[in-house]
Amino acid sequence: MREESKERGTTIISCKDVHKWFGGFHALKGVSMDVKKGEVIVIFGPSGSGKSTFIRTINRLEEHQRGQIIVDNVELSHDVRNVEKVRMETGMVFQQFNLFPHLTVMQNITLAPIWVRKWPKDKAEQEGLKLLERVGIPEQADKFPGQLSGGQQQRVAIARALAMQPKIMLFDEPTSALDPEMIKEVLDAMILLAKSGMTMLVVTHEMGFARAVADRMYFFDQGQIVESGTPDEIFKSPREERTKLFLSQILSH
Amino acid sequence: MTMTEQAKSIQPPLPLGPIAWVRKNLFSDWFNAILTLVSIIFLYFAVTAFARWALFSADWRPVTGTPMLFLVGQYPREQLWRPGLSLLFSTFLIGVSWGVWERYVKAFAIFIAITLGIFAILPLKTADLTPAVRAFFLFNSLLIYAGYRVGHTRWMSGMKTSLLWLFVSIVITLVLLPGYENSKIMPSVATTAWGGLLMTLLLAVGGIVLSFPIGVLLALGRRSSLPVVKIFSVFFIETIRGVPLVTILFMFSVILALFLPAESRIDRILRALMGMVIFSAAYTAENVRGGLQAIPEGQEEAARALGLSGFQITWFIVLPQALRLVIPNIVGQFIALFKDTTLVVIVGINDLLGIGNAVLNLNPEFVRLQMEVYLFIAVIFWIFSYFLSYASLKLEKALGVGER
Repeated sequence: MREESKERGTTIISCKDVHKWFGGFHALKGVSMDVKKGEVIVIFGPSGSGKSTFIRTINRLEEHQRGQIIVDNVELSHDVRNVEKVRMETGMVFQQFNLFPHLTVMQNITLAPIWVRKWPKDKAEQEGLKLLERVGIPEQADKFPGQLSGGQQQRVAIARALAMQPKIMLFDEPTSALDPEMIKEVLDAMILLAKSGMTMLVVTHEMGFARAVADRMYFFDQGQIVESGTPDEIFKSPREERTKLFLSQILSH
Repeated sequence: MTMTEQAKSIQPPLPLGPIAWVRKNLFSDWFNAILTLVSIIFLYFAVTAFARWALFSADWRPVTGTPMLFLVGQYPREQLWRPGLSLLFSTFLIGVSWGVWERYVKAFAIFIAITLGIFAILPLKTADLTPAVRAFFLFNSLLIYAGYRVGHTRWMSGMKTSLLWLFVSIVITLVLLPGYENSKIMPSVATTAWGGLLMTLLLAVGGIVLSFPIGVLLALGRRSSLPVVKIFSVFFIETIRGVPLVTILFMFSVILALFLPAESRIDRILRALMGMVIFSAAYTAENVRGGLQAIPEGQEEAARALGLSGFQITWFIVLPQALRLVIPNIVGQFIALFKDTTLVVIVGINDLLGIGNAVLNLNPEFVRLQMEVYLFIAVIFWIFSYFLSYASLKLEKALGVGER
């Protein structure tokens, strides 16, 4: 069933030959990728391979300097209005959570809907509570982020990103900063989201997550896509030596 | 004994009794014991010597003889109801603030109420303290409590109180105290006649209220991506910080007056205030910049990813966190500004210190009584500064709630 609906999905993100330099360092060397509506993409690779930089170009936290990125029919350029449109449609979850420590959980979630989507406060809070229920922590609404565990904070961050009702969710190593016992609760929330049909780009080394929900996987190294394929193809018969080596390193323990 | 029983039987150690405390902290070894004894002897002599001087040999006449001069300077005595009404508004709002903000203002409000009460019943033989004036002070003292009750009611909020303060300050400084030309009820009173504590508080409050937003804007301007804004902010901040306040005050009162045409002369108090404001704003900007730099990059990124605009990010995310971090520094800056108001003496404004000097110089009997006068003024400054830093300490603790 799911496969069928995928084929009918239209392309929602289209990246062509994306380049990015940090000073003299060539961080992205011509990355091209098309993502269809409802697809779950897992991006992995060694540190410094450009995978985080790449997903950050999609909501323009990083500017690309060559190539083309089109998100939901809007091309990212120096035009600020386009950037605003794209950011309205993409949610992002960060490695370090980046919750606002001076606001309560509920205020974290409702801030953007109230001020960007111009929702009335009541509506934003009702929706916020629904989202907190979805990630399993409705009872924490009035606490401050500093009073929550890492796993709870990251689930709030997911709820905060979802509050803007984005079409695309970007995850930048969402479990890397978590204690081992908290990784599962965050991954569970993400799996639930993936199964609900959300388009997701996930930078992660959680191969269990990739196996469970990824439609396609991309292996990044030195600013390029080395290999891509379905989880089956990547795990069972990787074509490239670098992919094999990397997988053996992260799966060995 | 099983583990749980054992755990239950262990109690935290009892707090020390007074004798044990003294032993542990003051006489723990011979060095500590000597230190304690020497300190006690020193304190004894210092305190008794001071008390003997203050109570028996000091001559407090310059202070007690003309209390009204220290309060309002040479404001016309038949127009005293105007500063009086200002005091009335202020005491009421101090009470309201106490009711609304509770412990930040409580100590200050109670202290002012008690001081006013003491003023009302102080057995001084002076023409200033007529029964009517004494009754007025007593009334103000009670008004603080009335304000407190009002501040406690449901419809009073921090926002409303702040707006009331703003409104009352504007009315006092622009209407009530200066008055109008050709008015029978409120004839204009030249600012040359304003003075004493009234002047000191006007300069301090005006300086603080005006310099804070300007300082924040300068700090933000310094980080701006617009080169013109950035260069202006850096130039302004660094120029002002490189010049002593005395110089700035001179520039504003003398040079500004020379360059402007006579009819557009700005009032000399306003000129001095402008000097203090830009001076304090430059330092506030540097304090705020420290706070801005301490906010992790990720905060702004997360806000941008949510689609918030640059202004919204600054207003909702960056500034609240940055300002919270630098409250102690900013209050320190306010206290410095408050004490620096005494420098306006050099441009001929009779603030509290100016009045003190005037009293010493005018009466030949008082020439050798500097000690008494300056000590009195110092104590007044200390009281206000103390309550400022006390409120900042409380604020800091209360805001620590959501800290990472």
